Amino acid sequence: MTESNYDEIMKLLCDRLSDLTNADVLITPETNLINQLSIDSIKLLNLIMEIEDAFDISIPINALTDVQTVRELANLVHKIKTTSS
Amino acid sequence: MNLLEKLDAAAAARKALLPNGVGAFGIPIEEIFSATEARIGDRRVLLMGTNNYLGLTFSPECIRAAHEAIDKEGTGTTGSRMANGSYFGHRALEKEFADFYQCSSGIVFTTGYQANLGTISGLVGPGDTVLIDGDSHASIFDGCILSGANIIRFKHNDMADMEKRLRRLGDNIETTLIIAEGIYSMLGDQAPLADIVQLKNKYGGILLLDEAHSLGVLGKTGQGLVETTGLLNEVDFITGTFSKSLCSIGGFCVSNHPQLEQLRYVSHPYIFTASPSPATIASTRAALELLQKGSHLRDKLWSNCRQLYSQLQEVGYQLGPDPGPVIAAVVATPQQALLLWKQLLEHNIYVNLILPPAAPEGKSLVRCSVNAAHTTEEIRYVGDTFAKLYGAISTQT
Repeated sequence: MTESNYDEIMKLLCDRLSDLTNADVLITPETNLINQLSIDSIKLLNLIMEIEDAFDISIPINALTDVQTVRELANLVHKIKTTSS
Repeated sequence: MNLLEKLDAAAAARKALLPNGVGAFGIPIEEIFSATEARIGDRRVLLMGTNNYLGLTFSPECIRAAHEAIDKEGTGTTGSRMANGSYFGHRALEKEFADFYQCSSGIVFTTGYQANLGTISGLVGPGDTVLIDGDSHASIFDGCILSGANIIRFKHNDMADMEKRLRRLGDNIETTLIIAEGIYSMLGDQAPLADIVQLKNKYGGILLLDEAHSLGVLGKTGQGLVETTGLLNEVDFITGTFSKSLCSIGGFCVSNHPQLEQLRYVSHPYIFTASPSPATIASTRAALELLQKGSHLRDKLWSNCRQLYSQLQEVGYQLGPDPGPVIAAVVATPQQALLLWKQLLEHNIYVNLILPPAAPEGKSLVRCSVNAAHTTEEIRYVGDTFAKLYGAISTQT
């Protein structure tokens, strides 16, 4: 996977997180999904499903336990996309 | 936040949902009168929240078998089967379950929870994949966690979503376990087993079906969803519990795959736990016999299910897609669910209150479990009471 793909993942994540959360919150790669964005588990699972469809991958739900920030989520998606392509 | 403070935070969240010390969870039951009645506080209540689907908890055959086993073999086995050996009853019950499902072998576990935990964690491990329904029971989910396998979830009973995820697995399908349930415990709906089997045959994988809620309930002889669909031979592993239609405690797994036997040596939830007590095994054996001959009980159960489902549906309650022994009214908020639950108890009806996050997709449920021992009048009373409370619940915010 190329760098642009990683950027594409990051952009999609930031866009979707902006839609899901308060417009005043600035989404950065270091933004904490739970503490800063207060995303509940249902919203997070719905977001994950959207990401899965966007990149045609399946993200194991147990892999999400290590994900706290937007960057960590982007890294996970990137890793799965790379190994599945 | 330290460890104890985390528990305090969880307790605070629970209290916020259940104000004034309402004991909706683990309610004290002072006395049990029958398969359908008990005393809670000073109330004689109708039990509509148990999983006693065939109403066999007080069956003379089961009680007699348990008494005889205690007299003959004592109260407990005091250890695991690996260490303390397998009693005749353990082995007999395994054979009886295998025969019941026309399988070559069966394993008995100490609880239904452990049947899923032990089977799943014995079948898959790190690097493997489990594909599970989004509404899977906690025992399935916990078994997957224990296994260390990659857990991929498809939307509840959504075959398009399941197929998409099977396709994405690619070569990993070789090491994938697909898991579904005969009847799902939250809304009481059934897995679309024919479609699941079709997808499994198209893509591959091993299929495990948990018949916990469907054993004794579905099929001419009570095998469960495999029997009503005629797909017994298409399912690789069947698990189930003794604590619902069989009225005791324990669980099982049956299969025609000879590898099932290996689970006895790799499955920690099987190895490192005390084996079921003689009384448990004896009453389960008696209940399994009654279950197979219990078509009249199933007829009565289903008559009760259809009666209550149609009564609640007519009133306007949002229910699961089909009638069944689990009938859950889905309400808009936890407050509405709590009010309905409390009001039902004040009318001497005990049901289950299920609030987020236990219920799927943030729903709040008031769940009834119907059984064959409920009379037509009792079911009508429950339906009428739900109807009487509907207006107050709908307007509560």
